[in-house]
Amino acid sequence: MVQIQRLQENDAAILMLTGEIDAKSSIDLDLAIAKSVTEGFKKILIDCRQLEYISSAGLGVFMSYIDEMKDSQTAMVLYGMSEKVVSTFQILGLADMLTIRNTKEEAKQSANELSI
Amino acid sequence: MNFQYKIGCSLQSLREIRQFIRQSLVSMELSDAELSTLVLAMDEVCSNLIIHAHQCDEFHEVEIRIEVPDKKSVVFEVIDDKAIFDINNYQARPLSEIIHERRRGGLGVRLVKSIMDNVEYYNQNGKFVCRLTKSYS
Repeated sequence: MVQIQRLQENDAAILMLTGEIDAKSSIDLDLAIAKSVTEGFKKILIDCRQLEYISSAGLGVFMSYIDEMKDSQTAMVLYGMSEKVVSTFQILGLADMLTIRNTKEEAKQSANELSI
Repeated sequence: MNFQYKIGCSLQSLREIRQFIRQSLVSMELSDAELSTLVLAMDEVCSNLIIHAHQCDEFHEVEIRIEVPDKKSVVFEVIDDKAIFDINNYQARPLSEIIHERRRGGLGVRLVKSIMDNVEYYNQNGKFVCRLTKSYS
């Protein structure tokens, strides 16, 4: 089960993920990202500090937005992952295809650079 | 040590499965990352089975067996009376294709094969068995 809190800081949407994302809960992640895109945010920050687990269903959601974010010139930056969550992204090399930062400040900076 | 668990094929069961695996592997003294990847591999196999073989039928039960012979190795078995995806014949497509198609699926079996040392799928006494093994040096 995952809880997703949607916040706004200046011109960025922040999605705070808490809990576990699996085949059941990945739809919530998908809907939350889609809502931020639909609302026109060009900077979407994914706060993973409280994310305890992610399965392929969750990875697939992030992966499915890679091209869409490029096309719409939207910066999606994930940050604050624990070692075990990062390792899941690294298994298939997805960590290199997404923008992942350690801290919120680094994520904001990357989003600013990517959305120019 | 051996562990055994029966689950109904609903997506709600996934959380219980993960908890069962974490508890069963305590004696291996794995790092958080190592444990999490093993849990992930089994989550993927069970998700596949629940969704694609049984269409989330909570009344259909499958059996999970875990064998932990020592701190360095583990054997998982998922046993069912209905054939699931034949993992032996899985051909991975390039990730770039999946990204281009903006698909949300297609990663599960690839993850399982990347995490585990060996993945077998066979029929035994009328049951279908997916057997996954992993050893640490």
